[in-house]
Amino acid sequence: MAESIRMVDIYVMGKHYAVPEGLTILTALEYCGYRIIRGCGCRAGFCGACATIYNFKNDPLLRYDLACQKTVEQDMFLTQIPFFPAVKAQYDLQQIKAAGEQILALYPDIVKCFGCNTCTKTCPQELEVMWYMSDALRGDIREVSRKSFDCVMCGLCAARCPQGLVPYNVALLCRRLYGRYLAPLSNHLEERIADIEAGKCNGDVERLKKADERELRRLYAERDIEPAF
Amino acid sequence: MMYPHYIEESVRKVEATRERRLKETLPRLSADAKTPLLQRFHPDYVAGKMRPLAVGPNKGDSTPNEIADLLEGNSRIDPDKIDLSKVDYDVDVLVIGGGGAGASAALLAQENGANVLLATKLRLGDCNTVGAQAGTQAADRSNDSLAIHYLDTVGGGHFANIPELVEALVKDAPSVIKWLETLGVNWDKNPDGSMHELSGGGASRLRLHSAKDYTGLEEMRVLRDELRNRNISYVEFSAAIELLTDDKGQVCGAVLANLETNELTIVRAKAVVMATGGMGRLHIQGFPTTNHYGATADGLVLAYRAGARLIFMDTMQYHPTGAAYPMQILGQLVTEKVRTLGAQLVNADGVQFVMPLEPRDVVAAAIIRECSERHKGIDTPTGQVGVWLDSPMIDLIRGSGTVARELPAMVRQFGRYGIDIAKEPMLIYPTLHYQNGGIKINADGATTIPGLFAAGECEGGVHGRNRLIGNSTLDIFVFGRRAGRAAAQWSKQAKPGTPTLNHVRRWQKSLNDSGLAHQRPISPMLLPDYAKAIPDYLPSYTRESLKPSWMKLA
Repeated sequence: MAESIRMVDIYVMGKHYAVPEGLTILTALEYCGYRIIRGCGCRAGFCGACATIYNFKNDPLLRYDLACQKTVEQDMFLTQIPFFPAVKAQYDLQQIKAAGEQILALYPDIVKCFGCNTCTKTCPQELEVMWYMSDALRGDIREVSRKSFDCVMCGLCAARCPQGLVPYNVALLCRRLYGRYLAPLSNHLEERIADIEAGKCNGDVERLKKADERELRRLYAERDIEPAF
Repeated sequence: MMYPHYIEESVRKVEATRERRLKETLPRLSADAKTPLLQRFHPDYVAGKMRPLAVGPNKGDSTPNEIADLLEGNSRIDPDKIDLSKVDYDVDVLVIGGGGAGASAALLAQENGANVLLATKLRLGDCNTVGAQAGTQAADRSNDSLAIHYLDTVGGGHFANIPELVEALVKDAPSVIKWLETLGVNWDKNPDGSMHELSGGGASRLRLHSAKDYTGLEEMRVLRDELRNRNISYVEFSAAIELLTDDKGQVCGAVLANLETNELTIVRAKAVVMATGGMGRLHIQGFPTTNHYGATADGLVLAYRAGARLIFMDTMQYHPTGAAYPMQILGQLVTEKVRTLGAQLVNADGVQFVMPLEPRDVVAAAIIRECSERHKGIDTPTGQVGVWLDSPMIDLIRGSGTVARELPAMVRQFGRYGIDIAKEPMLIYPTLHYQNGGIKINADGATTIPGLFAAGECEGGVHGRNRLIGNSTLDIFVFGRRAGRAAAQWSKQAKPGTPTLNHVRRWQKSLNDSGLAHQRPISPMLLPDYAKAIPDYLPSYTRESLKPSWMKLA
């Protein structure tokens, strides 16, 4: 595939650069000589550090994405948003109740949501942010958890909310409440922990710790394997 | 359909053989068959890519050249220029690193009565933990046991694992799962509350606890929030660049550098927990990596310079399935969960060539053999070769909608570039993923130096010479908790002397004496340098005095 590399025109904080087609916003910045300190984390779309806002030369509409995942396009105007301060309620998860009112008690401002849907349009994970915020208003912890699960906590929703709300922290509260109080208990886990604490599992492990390599190799080769599916 | 036309031809072959392969199970390799495969094709065995260390506690032990350069490196600071009497933080426990291990250590140290400071190079939670997708192992099902988990772990590690560490790993595992749930982690569960658990490479039971394919993200965002709720102090963009030691050789703090201003911060601490993670950004042997931006082995360098022993530094993990296409995500992780759910590895002709749930080193070596010796790989436009991971098999085996439900991160990541992984296979090739070895610890996370503890990827021994899936996100919590607790207890009786940088003076002297000082870089590395090199036009006679301060540190 000996095609010549096509170049794309981009603008970094207003300055023009030509970069090879196929770079991400992050690698394009590096290609232009920018050494990134803030605004770069896992480089794989999971950590939310590189949340970015961009638009195009002749199109002022703002777009939002993760710089490490978004491919550069012709005439993109790029900037970095290295840090955005956001409100976080402080709570002791073990002392609060998994009641719907809890959300409003810790984040009373959520009543100010006027449904503009900017948060949803902003989310680089394409989550239904405004809908889970209305679930939060109704106190539906389970629904907020379900709809927000893929959140990478980049904070773009909070950065753009005209009412100063912090959807991603509201969602985190709900997921933690769900995991702690509402998810059904795993009896087999509780039983195994009780057995370990009662010392019932020590013997077999002790024997393996003392076994020589030859014996371990034999046991390993002979172990039965549960089908994967 | 975003694959180039000539690759589409191979996709057709994969589709044509799928029906037949659904009924085909390749056997697991015997121990005798694995050894030559690894020796001929695993990157750890490539001649000339490792060398014995010339200085330090592990002098004579082999490690990849990229790591050796940093371990033998020069300090970033001149001890004579630093006033250690001006202390910025004076705490019981300093935790270095803001990933899963560091956060766990900070929480447990505080619970055990210590005044804690956590210092991290990037943001709290910028770490390899967030990128972990598949899950966390814990033997909690009725047909499983701690002993079976132990056996799987040491078999995967080629029987080199330290028994006491494996015992701690498997024994703490169920309570770690429970601890995380108590903090609010949402595990995948069946309607009756039982855990929805999956198998993994080298595991003989269904033992992976997951949160879709966002497991590490879910774990990390909960721990980070808990740290904030408990008002544990943390400083971000503050990289540790040296440890502090007293006249007895005890570790008693660290020097931190503000990454943006280069201002130094002196932290005095009665105990230090090293939790700096891995080394993927060193790109050993030129491999791409799954690791986060800051994975540059800093903690290894600091601990080694202070006299800590390392273990198994000659074995790196290449994850079998890094993305080979498209180029935007080259080397990024394609979770092992894809194979766990049923996807096979197939070559350009649509033929299976390895049992997909062998341990990682074996699968990686088999893929490299398929592409090199057998010439059955698929060339991509960037020149990166790859083989197919046949993800569409998953919905055929487990029912329509499984891919969407179990792998939302992968669906989203490939969907961005027009590839629907429920319908089209993924092109993959091994990618640098994990440091199997690290700082030598005991079951409390204590290193060979008093006052220094280590947890997570920067420590070694528990995984032997090859880590299993789901044992790393377990390791960070098991040893993070143990190290945090032990560090707090140590701090109650420790009587550290005056903090010094004498070990750095001794280190530089040994580098000078051996003639290495001028041949080695400055370390720790802190961040990889991906920015296009801008030529330096300074005249040489002004270079030292005019260089920007960042360059002095770098």
